[in-house]
Amino acid sequence: MSAEHTDGQRTIRCLVAKVGLDGHDRGAHVIARAFRDAGFEVIYSGLHQAPDQIVQAAVQEDVDVLGISILSGAHDTLVPKIIDGLKEYDAFEDTLVLVGGIVPDDDREELYELGVSEIFGPGSSMQDTIDFVRENAPER
Amino acid sequence: MFDQKDLDSIRESRQEWESETLEPFLEKGERKERFATVSNHEVDRLYTPEDVSNIDYDEDLGYPGEPPYTRGPYPTMYRGRTWTMRQFAGFGTAEETNERFHYLINEGQTGLSTAFDMPSLMGIDSDHPMSEGEVGKEGVAVDTLRDMEILFDGIDISKISTSFTINPSAAVIYAMYIALADQQGVPREEVRGTLQNDMLKEFIAQKEWVIPPEPSLDVVTDTVEFAVEETPKFHPISVSGYHIREAGSTAVQEAAFTLADGFAYVEDCLDRGLEIDEFAPLLSFFFNSHNSIFEEVAKFRAARRIYSRVMEEWYGAEADESKRLKFHTQTAGQSLTAQQPLNNIVRVTIQALAAVMGGSQSLHTNSYDEALALPSEEAVRVALRTQQIIADESGAADIVDPMGGSFTIEKLTNEMEAEIMAYIEEIKEMGDGSVRDGVLNGIPQGYFHREIQDASYEYQKRVDSGEEVVVGVNEYTIDEEADPDILKIDPETRNRQLERLKAVKDERDDAAVEEMLEELSEAIDNGENVMPYIIDAVKAYVTMGEIMEVFEDHHGAYQETASLA
Repeated sequence: MSAEHTDGQRTIRCLVAKVGLDGHDRGAHVIARAFRDAGFEVIYSGLHQAPDQIVQAAVQEDVDVLGISILSGAHDTLVPKIIDGLKEYDAFEDTLVLVGGIVPDDDREELYELGVSEIFGPGSSMQDTIDFVRENAPER
Repeated sequence: MFDQKDLDSIRESRQEWESETLEPFLEKGERKERFATVSNHEVDRLYTPEDVSNIDYDEDLGYPGEPPYTRGPYPTMYRGRTWTMRQFAGFGTAEETNERFHYLINEGQTGLSTAFDMPSLMGIDSDHPMSEGEVGKEGVAVDTLRDMEILFDGIDISKISTSFTINPSAAVIYAMYIALADQQGVPREEVRGTLQNDMLKEFIAQKEWVIPPEPSLDVVTDTVEFAVEETPKFHPISVSGYHIREAGSTAVQEAAFTLADGFAYVEDCLDRGLEIDEFAPLLSFFFNSHNSIFEEVAKFRAARRIYSRVMEEWYGAEADESKRLKFHTQTAGQSLTAQQPLNNIVRVTIQALAAVMGGSQSLHTNSYDEALALPSEEAVRVALRTQQIIADESGAADIVDPMGGSFTIEKLTNEMEAEIMAYIEEIKEMGDGSVRDGVLNGIPQGYFHREIQDASYEYQKRVDSGEEVVVGVNEYTIDEEADPDILKIDPETRNRQLERLKAVKDERDDAAVEEMLEELSEAIDNGENVMPYIIDAVKAYVTMGEIMEVFEDHHGAYQETASLA
């Protein structure tokens, strides 16, 4: 399915998603551009998406990476819904799930247990995020 | 500001200084090739009288309290009274926020500022499916007038001015506050406060909306018209650059897009047939204050000068009050770091000082823990104390426009004015001579998004490369333990809110609700001012979501063209 680079490296497909009512999209746009400049294929969900809409987009676009951006504090409700949805479509195992935004320490463990691979909080560098994706994107 | 003879002699001495003193010293090099503000505006090594030689003191600076207000909107500024210390607060249910309001009033705060939760901001009720997980999270949940009654319980609204940070559903909150005044027996003309109600910047930066830009603008103008007639002490719009800056713009873009939005509202009100000197005094503004202290002071001064001139020259304002730019400032949330959070107190102090030296009318200082979660009580107190220290201990409040006349500040003020005006002219061009049409065209064309995203991406690249130092993030880092104590929202909040909403719906007169919604719908069809209808509706405990749905039924829901610039 995945496109090939001339150097033989697979092009990583990412969905950068804004879930819920949160309109803070600066981080989502910055990381989407950084991913694109790093050579990834990037799809942006647009704002105010319900968890199910994100799941549908991830499945239909057959993405390797799902980056969920959320700064409203609703991560504890919305992220589990997305992960459940991915599992329902059998897409969870093939998708690297990342969260970007403000997630207090106490909530991080729960998200990791659910299957979020990494959480990028305020101050994260674009390069570290790109490196993480390169190292951890699922093999196809 | 200097005569030619003086300038010639200064040029000579400057050249002498450069060749004899500076040049030999430069062999040691400087820390960087290029020095720039956080907005990437390059600054010179030194400013001299030559940089400000084109300033006409009386025309360009003048005196505080007189056009063009460069030196301040009022003649005595903070010697008369200090700025309003207005800390934004709101979380959980109305009871919890009411408690925080009482706490802030007891701590000496002089104005209230209400933060709403995401569903209220988006005009949907707590029982809407999209509200799940968001009720009471970032602010207080308000579904009906009942919530507002609890929010202001024990607070005499004739004694306090309240600011409401809300936009697409602002008309509903405004209506509820008027209904509350009617209940408390406070005459409407005594109601004081500010509604953010700046829909244009929502489409540009903050991204909260219900209906498309044009009908949204219609509702905003309805509120201005209503305020002129019924609540002349209430500011119906706070034209906001804060969110534009937070979304990643530069200082120049912040001021330019905000002033352009302001002029767009002015043009729409004029089209409505309102008199400029009747409504313009009610307009207020809201800016950000970031770390580059001189750039910020210059931005505030340049914005005042531009506003005064444009209001007079383009829109025919005659009254001083129509040309006087009055604004609230908030320190830059985006500048706060999650790492070593106590450092944020210092950042906030610098930014607050810039806001004060720039002549703000009110100020919110951020709490040091806000990059982690909602602020704790201790962090809120420190933030308020920061303002009190600046007001009472630093001396910054004792001299009007203390930076005025500085070669640096005057030069930067001129540069910012020119760059801001270039943007405003470009936007006006996009609207064939109308700033309003320029803004309304720029939104769907993605003009504002592109400009802001380019700036924010460039900034992030400078941070990533280390060109822009962020203490504790890309320099001077340490291994840190867990977060300090942070405020948690009680998970039961949503259930309590849902119970209250259900109780209100059970108790109210359903026939009256239907009738009010029908009347509102007809008013929209007839192009009438919607405010009286919304006030009647909230008094019958019609919910915010029900009211906003009527607008959505008429105008459709707005969808942003999702794109990566």
